[in-house]
Amino acid sequence: MLRITKRTGLTRKQSITFRIAAVAGALFATGLFMLLLGYNPFLVYASMVEGAFGTLYRIRETIIKTIPLVITSLGIAVAFRMKFWNIGAEGQIYMGAFAASWVALSFPDIPKPLLLLAMLVAGIIGGGIWALIPAFFKAQFNTNETLFTLMMNYIALKWVTYLQYGPWKDPELKGFALIKKFSENGILPKVFGIHIGWIVMLLLIVAIYIFMNRTKKGYEIAVVGESENTARYAGMNIKRIVITAIVISGGLCGLAGMIQASGVYNTLAVEVTGGVGYTAIITTWLGQLRAPVIAVVSLLFAALVQGGSYIESAFQIPKAAAQLLQGIILFFVLGSEFFIQYKIAFRNIQAAKAEKEEA
Amino acid sequence: MDIVLLLVATVHAGTPLLFATLGEIITEKAGNLNLGVEGMMLLGAVAGFEVGLVTQNPILAMLGAVIAGALGALIFAFLTVTLKANQVVTGLALTIFGTGVSGFAGKSLSGNAMPASIKSFFAEAKLPVLGDIPYIGKILFQQDWFVYLGYVLVIVFGIYLFHTRYGLNLRTVGENPAAADASGINVSLYKYLNIMLGGAMCGLGGAYLSVVYVPQWQDNITAGRGWIAVALVIFATWNPYKAIIGAYLFGGLDIIGVRLQKFELKLPSQIIDMLPYAVTIIVLIFISMKKVKENSPPKALGEPYFREDR
Repeated sequence: MLRITKRTGLTRKQSITFRIAAVAGALFATGLFMLLLGYNPFLVYASMVEGAFGTLYRIRETIIKTIPLVITSLGIAVAFRMKFWNIGAEGQIYMGAFAASWVALSFPDIPKPLLLLAMLVAGIIGGGIWALIPAFFKAQFNTNETLFTLMMNYIALKWVTYLQYGPWKDPELKGFALIKKFSENGILPKVFGIHIGWIVMLLLIVAIYIFMNRTKKGYEIAVVGESENTARYAGMNIKRIVITAIVISGGLCGLAGMIQASGVYNTLAVEVTGGVGYTAIITTWLGQLRAPVIAVVSLLFAALVQGGSYIESAFQIPKAAAQLLQGIILFFVLGSEFFIQYKIAFRNIQAAKAEKEEA
Repeated sequence: MDIVLLLVATVHAGTPLLFATLGEIITEKAGNLNLGVEGMMLLGAVAGFEVGLVTQNPILAMLGAVIAGALGALIFAFLTVTLKANQVVTGLALTIFGTGVSGFAGKSLSGNAMPASIKSFFAEAKLPVLGDIPYIGKILFQQDWFVYLGYVLVIVFGIYLFHTRYGLNLRTVGENPAAADASGINVSLYKYLNIMLGGAMCGLGGAYLSVVYVPQWQDNITAGRGWIAVALVIFATWNPYKAIIGAYLFGGLDIIGVRLQKFELKLPSQIIDMLPYAVTIIVLIFISMKKVKENSPPKALGEPYFREDR
């Protein structure tokens, strides 16, 4: 007879071992698949690593892909901690990028530090407002936020598409639907060859870690997530806590949008999110909502994407193979969570019967 | 612009949405939010196309799509029901996986068109009597048999959900799995079967795109229709009969968006593309304000069921 019980007291070391085993299992399964297709899996994996970290240029590319993933994941983690299932990061990134771009394109001539600061604030506000709308309805009418935020993504996407193909289209580029590049003042400076978004990212990892684990506000967010009733009895102002958390969550996503628009694309474009809003949900979850773990998981994910596009040119393996691998790794890791949280015990039927009689 | 032809095209565009929406309704009624609709549609699209190309047999092509969609859903069911993984994350992973598989397998298919035997099988077939009704006959009853299958399935799903014991049990599983379990319903079995049925429907919806609607292989052939289906489930308030209205409405918006580009009207197509999602949000707010039980999301939607937690 099978009996499943919740596990208690699993050491951190054990749970990390489980996860590493899951990833290894996924790599093994995908390796078999590659072998069937006639590729040498060791060569393919080795060149994926090389594609992600092989040269200084590639390391920079991997880090550039890591930055929005980490910042967005941190934002999602704050909402998830409150059990507000914000899957609207994609839209919040778009709206943050949109607001920042509006500032950059409207005031191209104000001094660089001032302009960048204004863009930063605009980005946070843009993403924050986009997250607040579903949060308001959740608080007021208990409207399902998962579905609401998902719909908001598409409205934001269509809005940016509209701007790019319509009113914001650069008339000087005939035949191409692109928005005009920001002025030099609206572009993030580089440190060590990477836009300074990486410094912002590192600061935020620390800041969010401290906020969630060491401050009263962060604690309150977790309490509201655990039980609204507990929070109410403890005399917390739930509405204010919800609004704070959601503005931080959406604001961080909007900030990621501003960084992408300014640092990577130098303008607003439909490609500005690159699907980060969805990938970040996965990295947040796999990172167990903990800032440092999120950073590591995001780096690995970015490496997977970067390495995936490298094997396309090296082996003529379609780029979709990297997505396939991503999917399989996710399935394995998601499945392994079960064995971390639950314990399966085999008991013989006699013992079960005896226990029943006792009861 | 001929309004009848426009409506004929609307029914065409709405059909893949209808299949996927019916599938997701059944899935969500079992209490599981599967955001892998887009992935399962792509699995069905690529499997249906591949099988159709190799066997030249339309029935086998559809069967391939059904199996592919159901297998994708089986992964989801195993992870979320048996292993109690987070449904949102698992669904997203399934979409990534399905996109990967279809992109990978579809690489060698691009440029291929469906063989003539399959095209003729799915050609428009006028229904006797009904097809002769003025206007309506032309719009609804001079279509391919896939469209007719959609009509039938709407009714079948409606009866299943609202007029059979199995449907009642299914709704209990989605609303209150502990109560269902206590009354002797096999919660896991219901979840597995209905999630897989839902996946099969999504697979069929995808195959309609690749085998009948386009019918040529294109990368990422579903182009976000899976997400529209997720929206449609809410728009239809988890009701198969309303799903058909919603699917054709959203399909119509899709068609109008494309047609308007030719006429350079004031309303840009991206704003029209926004409408399905905006309307869905309004519906979502409305049902949460009214709190009508029949129109609300299943109570246990998104939550794993763990027997020992009772």
